[in-house]
Amino acid sequence: MDLAAILGSISIFTAGLSLAIGASAAGLAEGYAVASGLTSLAQQPDEAGSISRTMFISLAIVETSGIYCFVVAMILLFANPFWQYAISLAAK
Amino acid sequence: MLELYDQQIAFYLPYWNIPINWTIASTWIVMVVLMIVSWLATRHLKTGNKVSHWQTAMEVIVKGIYGQINEMTKTPMTYLPFIGTLFLFILMCNILTIIPEFKTPTASLSTTAALALMVLLGVPFFGIKNAGVKKYLKKYIEPSPAMLPFNILSELTSTGAMAVRLFGNVLSGVIIGSICLMLVPFILPLPMQVLGLFTGMIQAYIFAMLALMYVSSVHGDEEEAADAASDKKPANANETL
Repeated sequence: MDLAAILGSISIFTAGLSLAIGASAAGLAEGYAVASGLTSLAQQPDEAGSISRTMFISLAIVETSGIYCFVVAMILLFANPFWQYAISLAAK
Repeated sequence: MLELYDQQIAFYLPYWNIPINWTIASTWIVMVVLMIVSWLATRHLKTGNKVSHWQTAMEVIVKGIYGQINEMTKTPMTYLPFIGTLFLFILMCNILTIIPEFKTPTASLSTTAALALMVLLGVPFFGIKNAGVKKYLKKYIEPSPAMLPFNILSELTSTGAMAVRLFGNVLSGVIIGSICLMLVPFILPLPMQVLGLFTGMIQAYIFAMLALMYVSSVHGDEEEAADAASDKKPANANETL
């Protein structure tokens, strides 16, 4: 196996792994946030606007780590910074 | 397959022969749409019962944004132009993705980084405007002067996170659409694109609200007086009860 094949397989494996961990952790955390938001919404329906606004903003902040994982996976797959180096080594 | 709109040349400027990539070109399209619509809406502004449809629609939009800002701050008119512009621009970018071949500018990190940079510059601008230089700088040594580097770092990272969040959300919608188009090109991409529209609207709202939170983090004196007054009022009401 030359360097390009090793680099490619490791990149794809790591991209899948980072998306799996990031998506599952962010989904779990958002599920908890929505569950407690709905609980408080059921307890105090008068404060629906305030509760849902705060819930959406917190959801966005929680989601950021998942989005980071997605961006890193996309960089590994499509804009890998070491890919040019591997190709230049393989061309020699 | 990755939609790198920054590297796709749309056209060349005729005289200077400068390449214009798709991010800039579609930003200009969104700007033209927004400007034409707002020109049409504000052409014949008048009061009274008989107003045009355009003016009614514009009043609904501006009043809605005003109401949302009014719930979070005491002086909504200070922030309405800035936050409203951010919201409408991002919303228009994300809604126009339903047009085929439209390359949305928010799926490029350059656009979202520019928007987040505006928020980063807006924090000292509105802070100094509200409270003066001294009180604004005092925010950075708030619990103790040892927290100075962390306060500066949190300012930078929170706006950077806003940029990456908007970019990642819109880009994930675009990529899921194109992947579904490769696998099952008939019906399946449709619900994904509807989900992308929903995500786009939520993201525009969240970007505007987070920008408002960061920008209005330094209160002025009048605002604190209003806070104190509103705190006092329920206490008095309890006493009379």
